[in-house]
Amino acid sequence: MQQQAKRLLKLALNPVLVLLSLMSSGVWAATAEKAEHWRGNMTPGVTEVGHKIYDLHMLVFWICVVVGIIVFGLMFYSVFAYRKERHSEPATFHENTKLEIAWTVVPFLLLIIMAVPATKVLIEVYDTDDAAQDILITGYQWKWKYEYINPNGDNVTFFSNLRTPESEIGNEEEKGSNYLLEVDEPVVLPVNSKTRFLVTANDVLHAWWVPELAVKRDAIPGFVNEAWTKPTETGVYRGQCAELCGRNHGFMPIVVNVVEQEEYDQWLAGKLAEAAELKELMAKEFTMDELVARGKKVYERNCLACHGANGEGGVGKAIAGSPLATGSTKGHLDVIVNGVPGTAMQAFGGQLNEVDLAAVTTYQRNAFGNNMGDMLQPVDVYKFKKGQ
Amino acid sequence: MAHGPAKGFSRWLFTTNHKDIGTMYLWFSFAMFLLGGSFAMIIRAELFQPGLQIVDPAFFNQMTTMHGLVMVFGAIMPAFVGLANWMIPLMIGAPDMALPRMNNWSFWILPPTFLILASSLFMEGGAPNFGWTFYAPLSTTYAPPSVTLFIFSVHAMGISSIMGSINIIATIVNMRAPGMTYMKMPLFVWTWLITAFLLVAVMPVLAGAVTMMLMDIHFGTSFFSAAGGGDPVLFQHVFWFFGHPEVYIIILPAFGVVSEIIPVFSRKPLFGYDSMVYATASIAFLSFIVWAHHMYTVGLPLAGELFYMYATMLIAVPTAAKVFNWITTMFKGSITLETPMLFAIAKVFLFTVGGFSGLMLAIAPADFQYHDSYFVVAHFHYTMVAGAIFALSAAVYYWLPKWTGKMYNEAMGKTHFWISFIGFNLTFFPQHFAGLAGMPRRIPDYNMMFADFNMMSSIGAFIYGSSQLLFLFNIVRTITHGKPVNSDKVWEGATTLEWTVPSPAPYHTFTTPPEVK
Amino acid sequence: MSKANENIAKTAGKLSVLVVAMFAFAMWVMPPLYNAMCDLLGINGKTRGQYTVVESSVDTERVVKVQFVAQNNEMMPWEFGPNTSQVEVHPGEPATVTFFAKNNESRYMVSQSIPSIVPSRAVEYFHKTECFCFNQQPLAAGASADMPLRFIVDRDLPKDIHVITLSYTIFDVTERAAAQDSVAAQ
Repeated sequence: MQQQAKRLLKLALNPVLVLLSLMSSGVWAATAEKAEHWRGNMTPGVTEVGHKIYDLHMLVFWICVVVGIIVFGLMFYSVFAYRKERHSEPATFHENTKLEIAWTVVPFLLLIIMAVPATKVLIEVYDTDDAAQDILITGYQWKWKYEYINPNGDNVTFFSNLRTPESEIGNEEEKGSNYLLEVDEPVVLPVNSKTRFLVTANDVLHAWWVPELAVKRDAIPGFVNEAWTKPTETGVYRGQCAELCGRNHGFMPIVVNVVEQEEYDQWLAGKLAEAAELKELMAKEFTMDELVARGKKVYERNCLACHGANGEGGVGKAIAGSPLATGSTKGHLDVIVNGVPGTAMQAFGGQLNEVDLAAVTTYQRNAFGNNMGDMLQPVDVYKFKKGQ
Repeated sequence: MAHGPAKGFSRWLFTTNHKDIGTMYLWFSFAMFLLGGSFAMIIRAELFQPGLQIVDPAFFNQMTTMHGLVMVFGAIMPAFVGLANWMIPLMIGAPDMALPRMNNWSFWILPPTFLILASSLFMEGGAPNFGWTFYAPLSTTYAPPSVTLFIFSVHAMGISSIMGSINIIATIVNMRAPGMTYMKMPLFVWTWLITAFLLVAVMPVLAGAVTMMLMDIHFGTSFFSAAGGGDPVLFQHVFWFFGHPEVYIIILPAFGVVSEIIPVFSRKPLFGYDSMVYATASIAFLSFIVWAHHMYTVGLPLAGELFYMYATMLIAVPTAAKVFNWITTMFKGSITLETPMLFAIAKVFLFTVGGFSGLMLAIAPADFQYHDSYFVVAHFHYTMVAGAIFALSAAVYYWLPKWTGKMYNEAMGKTHFWISFIGFNLTFFPQHFAGLAGMPRRIPDYNMMFADFNMMSSIGAFIYGSSQLLFLFNIVRTITHGKPVNSDKVWEGATTLEWTVPSPAPYHTFTTPPEVK
Repeated sequence: MSKANENIAKTAGKLSVLVVAMFAFAMWVMPPLYNAMCDLLGINGKTRGQYTVVESSVDTERVVKVQFVAQNNEMMPWEFGPNTSQVEVHPGEPATVTFFAKNNESRYMVSQSIPSIVPSRAVEYFHKTECFCFNQQPLAAGASADMPLRFIVDRDLPKDIHVITLSYTIFDVTERAAAQDSVAAQ
């Protein structure tokens, strides 16, 4: 009796496991939509194409589940029913042409059922024409640059860096809910408007991926790739780099802020004004306090990750008391503008504007106990860059 | 000397005996399996929870790269070559491999090669850190100095594989026993014949890819750099022209193993032998025209994208036929569930799950969401680990009594199976969800929304990893303390030629060819 | 040599030829083949070489917007960008625009600009009769230049394409150019 029960249990175990895993996937898929904070399935996102991709994904998924139940059902039935104990005389058949033809033709038909909608969606994804705005996205090790292309040539350009502090990554502080998915300056898009992305890279390959926008495109140095989106809901959507790009591949998120058209126009106008203001700032004479205050912010965004909050160093060299930061202003600026080839020290000359370069250099020379007392004006940086 | 092996270390160093070489291949691959596995343990330990705990992101990248390289080129491929060395001559009634001295070479290239590759971990700048797919320009302009050692290693293991494959083809084509026509060969031999052709065709392409890298790095060419008129995307085309057949190189011999084991433990001949052969051949053929499905997001023209999507979906047809054949073989059989059969059934089951996710990945628009996410990681581990490593485990339990003349411990074998099965699924099933939720692959740290999946996955990985120590223990114990087998045939349902020779198989077998009816 | 050994040697020989052939295929056939395919299909939007005008009738019914974007590859410190952000042209009508480049470094440098067009379907209909990207561009320290691009959009451009974006990425090829010169000098 006991033996039989044991055997039954053993026999029951196999199909149970299969069903469990199959069902769990189905249940997870179904509940995922309800539980907002907890996702376990592909997001349909906030675009029409995204919904179509999601439907396609679920269509193929359910076809697989049904085929799986039939195939695995048959398999575990065979294992269960034709055990040697109860079926000691095996059959001897080993061929059946009709059967073979049937299970070649049936999967083929199923494939056609999947291929037709897939083709339609793909053609739609490739239709990048007639966009209301074009954004050039450039992948850098390890940040994104966005350039809003303006027909009159006044492009709005900015970098988007990871904002999560080192202390959260190093587990010294509690992690915020957008841990590793937050940036200092998000991309802003208008809702219900077609935006075209031109994706490229500055150094190695990257890939720009925002699940809710159903966009993933490889960024390839030297070449431009296209993608487009038309979000139908406002909101903040987060994504990450999807192509291995070196050490900080996991630390270059994407944040897209989809807003009403009006708000977008305001934002864009603001950015343009900011650029104009920058031109003015170039001409302005800064005080030491202004430079240090501005420089501190620039430092925290661009330098802190490698050089530490107190200039103590880390991946990068220490700044506190370093011969460079306490040497000539020109030498110091040179390293910040041009980087140190072959090391992690990048050239910031193309990434920061003259005001920020002047500010951060001045800050480094007057913080962390480097009380040099000297300062750089934006126009000095401008001259340095021109005169190089 | 003609009847036994030499003594001591020189026996192994100079041996030309297919069984000795097969044994060395198998032990080597097991060692690499444990090495690659320990890299995986480091990866999973770091990913156990959000935040950086154990390793630096740069080292993490080295671990993912080395894990992939060691598992693919050091563990799985040499393990199947080991099985081929041991079993193909026995299965076709040949006295040895066709080119025994080259056989010795092709093995002995491997240990120093992997020693060099592993030693790059201690170099300045660290080991290769650009992923096992080593996409340019991360692997060229931006690579650590160890990339040169890496290129050298890839060349060496390519040469080893090519020599091994030439040997296998030459053996199968020329040394079958009288009466052993092609359509009478066991399926393991058939799948290896096709695999060997794939290897001969694509390993040189891999060699070409790394040679172009080498020239770009050291000789100023620009195959993969846009600055000099090259193109980084060209690298991906060349790599996947090798890489896609490569994954079938890994899986086809596993199909062969399962096609041997299922009929034996079902006590019923394999269903649809002919269609199995044709299906294998068509899978091999298709593998040459689908490579760009690894590159759906790279910006292919629409027509190209559609072509590769349709071609990729087609692979489901011959693969499904194989699965149906295995199941129909079991149908109305007389089944017993010894350890090899358990692993074989699990392989069919889990590989099919991997096949389903593969079909999903084939759908180009949906792939825009799956691509380079953990969904892909889950998919290829279902095919590589469950597909290839489960088949290898099945093969070891199945043929171990033939190799040693001793029976492994069945209870321990079954325990190994169940722990592996549970550990494997716990590791890789949640990764589907993590990927669908938006987790990219190859990242050392992640947002909290992926935390549950990753913790499950890490626990599963530790379970699966430690169960392999039980596997090792069982093998060693069989060799030292195993009970001698009851009969040379070992398995009641066995029919192939290798079971007609004594167990353990003597040093020289089939010196006079058997007569096959 | 016995018959069996002879057969084995034959098989191994044939396979070795296959190995060498496949290596050669990867090294010397795949790259040019890929470039040919790029040309044919517009992969990566690689534009074609210099175009000679055959016919010059202008389709005044249609207007196509041609956008210009530019970026610097890493380690390329020049100022570089289009002087005109976009132009509207009729298919068949030649147009000229210029790109600005300035070498802010204190040394002589050579650049190479790599063009890329999207949508890639437009590549075969975008003809450049003159382009700075055909050659490397040297600039002395502190020097600047307006570099011309002269093009014609083909009349056969598919009707559903209204916007063509032409991107240039500028690379620093100073060392590469120096290496080529020294080879040429020998």
